[in-house]
Amino acid sequence: MNLTLKVWRQPNTDAKGSFVNYPAQNISPDMSFLEMLDVVNEDLVKKGEDPIHFDHDCREGICGMCSLHINGRPHGPKQAITTCQLHMRSFQDGQTITIEPWRATAFPVIKDLAVDRSAFDRIQRAGGFVSVNTGGVPDANAIAIPKPVADEAFNSATCIGCGACVAACKNASAMLFVSAKVSQMALLPQGQPERYKRVQAMVAQMDEEGFGSCTNTGACEAECPKEIKITNIARMNRDFFTAKFFKQEEA
Amino acid sequence: MKLDAKIPEGPLAEKWSKHKFNLKLVNPANKRKYTVIVVGTGLAGSSAAASLAELGYNVKAFCYQDSPRRAHSIAAQGGINAAKNYRNDGDSVYRLFYDTIKGGDYRAREANVYRLAEVSVNIIDQCVAQGVPFAREYGGLLDNRSFGGAQVSRTFYARGQTGQQLLLGAYSALNRQIHEGKVEMFSRHEMLDVVVVDGQAKGVVVRDMVTGEIETHAGHAVLLCTGGYGNVFYLSTNAMGCNVTAAWRAHKRGAYFGNPCFTQIHPTCIPVTGDHQSKLTLMSESLRNDGRVWVPKTKEIAAQIREGKVKASDIKEDDRDYFLERKYPSFGNLVPRDVASRNAKEMVDEGRGVGSSGVAVYLDFADAIKRLGEDAVRAKYGNLFDMYYQITDENPYKEPMRIYPAVHYTMGGLWVDYNLQTTVPGLYALGEANFSDHGANRLGASALMQGLADGYFVIPYTLGDYLATIGPKAVDEKHPAFAETKKAVEDRIQQLLSLKGNKTVDEYHRELGKIMWEYCGMARSEEGLKKAKKMIQDLKADFWKNAIVLGKNEEFNQSLEKAGRVADFIELGELMIDDALDRTESCGGHFRIESQTEEGEAKRDDEKYAYVAAWEYKGEGKPEALHKEELKFENVKLTQRSYK
Repeated sequence: MNLTLKVWRQPNTDAKGSFVNYPAQNISPDMSFLEMLDVVNEDLVKKGEDPIHFDHDCREGICGMCSLHINGRPHGPKQAITTCQLHMRSFQDGQTITIEPWRATAFPVIKDLAVDRSAFDRIQRAGGFVSVNTGGVPDANAIAIPKPVADEAFNSATCIGCGACVAACKNASAMLFVSAKVSQMALLPQGQPERYKRVQAMVAQMDEEGFGSCTNTGACEAECPKEIKITNIARMNRDFFTAKFFKQEEA
Repeated sequence: MKLDAKIPEGPLAEKWSKHKFNLKLVNPANKRKYTVIVVGTGLAGSSAAASLAELGYNVKAFCYQDSPRRAHSIAAQGGINAAKNYRNDGDSVYRLFYDTIKGGDYRAREANVYRLAEVSVNIIDQCVAQGVPFAREYGGLLDNRSFGGAQVSRTFYARGQTGQQLLLGAYSALNRQIHEGKVEMFSRHEMLDVVVVDGQAKGVVVRDMVTGEIETHAGHAVLLCTGGYGNVFYLSTNAMGCNVTAAWRAHKRGAYFGNPCFTQIHPTCIPVTGDHQSKLTLMSESLRNDGRVWVPKTKEIAAQIREGKVKASDIKEDDRDYFLERKYPSFGNLVPRDVASRNAKEMVDEGRGVGSSGVAVYLDFADAIKRLGEDAVRAKYGNLFDMYYQITDENPYKEPMRIYPAVHYTMGGLWVDYNLQTTVPGLYALGEANFSDHGANRLGASALMQGLADGYFVIPYTLGDYLATIGPKAVDEKHPAFAETKKAVEDRIQQLLSLKGNKTVDEYHRELGKIMWEYCGMARSEEGLKKAKKMIQDLKADFWKNAIVLGKNEEFNQSLEKAGRVADFIELGELMIDDALDRTESCGGHFRIESQTEEGEAKRDDEKYAYVAAWEYKGEGKPEALHKEELKFENVKLTQRSYK
């Protein structure tokens, strides 16, 4: 396959970026999208040109580090996979592919296609935990948890924190990400003691980071590589309003 | 220096309890006067950083990823072992200990492994309390499964994402301590050296990967939780960024390297498709519970498959060789990882491999689908089948999977004593970064257990003893060792940046990987290893002449990052070869073709090789010195492993 890449290049956060075209030649359909970029980069390095910088690590769809906006969609054209799991057989010979970083005020570009997602870490630090120290906890089977509840908490917990939800949202809202973590804890008995304090702290931090509001368009759910459900947002809203209207004293 | 493993006296089951009592404690009011540096935030690093901060120490934690949550522990699929005996099926701390020692082919320390089995039960309690959503049964209690051929069901799991859920639990504990101000977190920072003051580790030199700034950080102790070095093979199931640099620099500063040649080759990975391949994807070992491994009986049929003339499903039952079931009737497809891998290689070497490259064997679910129904198979393995389909574009419900072994884990690592301290006082190694618990072969679902055991339940005790001994006096960052080490790091970076040759760093890495895979992979011979040693030396010389490293230090520079890591991998590769040459026996994942039984199985030599090889760096261009820690087995009887 021979393709044309239209890639966002930006030397650093403060610099002005622009699109640069690169040919990608002799690409095998069996390559992953990132392997295709490796090939292009190796050519660039041989020519003495700065390779295209992008974040990636595990390359098996679980670490959440890869993050490309491909032809206008986070993680590219396919459903329920990350960029590292996207293969070139999903594209056509001769196609032009536009590659951009996540676009959101709260995710400033560091270089080229790599962005700073530390806002997500700060939201989790604000309350995304159960306050237990190591040691002195009850036996793991001391509390029975109904299987449907445990499964639902697990579904929420599979979020990989990649930021595709933010990148997909016209408001750059982080509601899907935040609600997934809030839900996991709110569903489990272990999360109950701090349930209302947690939701308020995490939402407050989310707002402070400059993410937009949710207007229920559902783009986040459609683009999430882990198929995190928008019902998490409803659950978070319920807890948030419960906290604000009835249980603020618990915060 | 004489190696002292500091194994406590007394009966096996009482060693850890007694040792904990004998360890010195740090006064609660003094704990806040200490700073501990933790490098790496996988299971071992996150759990250690959080637990030490909870005790009151100040912690500085570093990771190269953009967030601590992305460390490669996140990718572990199958599960975590614990001797809970929730199933009433005969499990116990002693059985887990015994299985681990035996599975490791008797090349691990009894005392360490027993402690691991002992604290395994606490890990599960801890994770559940943090809100880790393990799989449960309809009654609401935790589910278990049998894993990797174990005869009892002791593996706890969270669908196919156990590592992710455990790491997110440890990450949440870490987050809480960051929030409390007890942990200072440095993401996108790479450790490039250890600062050693008067023989003790007192700090690290790190590079801010965004700005390029070289920083020094002082602490009373340094914990390396930096994972394994499987990427020395270029292709492995490790993440792209996994590297040996932190451990290797520590090694050059005096930390001995233990059993570097002990690497685990996992039998069920998706095969390589071409030169562009950047990494390999593991298919969970649990697939072998229902999948049957086979190749065609004859080379002729295999050739027809390779040429695309016939499909696997067209091959008649009589023309198939279910080689694991044939050779190991009692364990069948569930033989340990090293045995399964070696047999797959044997089939491919015989010319009976399948797939267009011929470097693969089949893992077939047709019988399981017939027996259980497609829906039941989907419920069990759906996510793995989807992943396979995504990567290969082949439907495993219709045609058998193609699998081949790939480098997955490194049992070797920095040598540590019972307290997890390396040969440099104040420098500790936890998790996969140390050599300690898995001997020559790791059992499935034991890596997660060891990472969390070290971080949650071992280091909080053993580190206190050292800290109490040295006292809380602040570390003097003005000591010349800090400036000198920083200068050495800066000089090396400049040296790398001055390389303006004609070969990319990736090309060197691929070449190194090919050498290691060919000569220090699943089968090793004296002749091959000697040849490989020369090849690596040549590669190193060529690298420092002809590599291309672009850009400058003061920027986000992935070209520079990669170059530094590959340079270290090349040096490590040579040490692995030396270690493999020294050990003329076969054991676990280390198969020397000169040492096999009549049936072609690995043959250990307990008389001569029941030791840990600990290598000491002697300076640039000099051969490393081998120190031996004799392994004493007081509780288990050494037997030749048999899975027939």
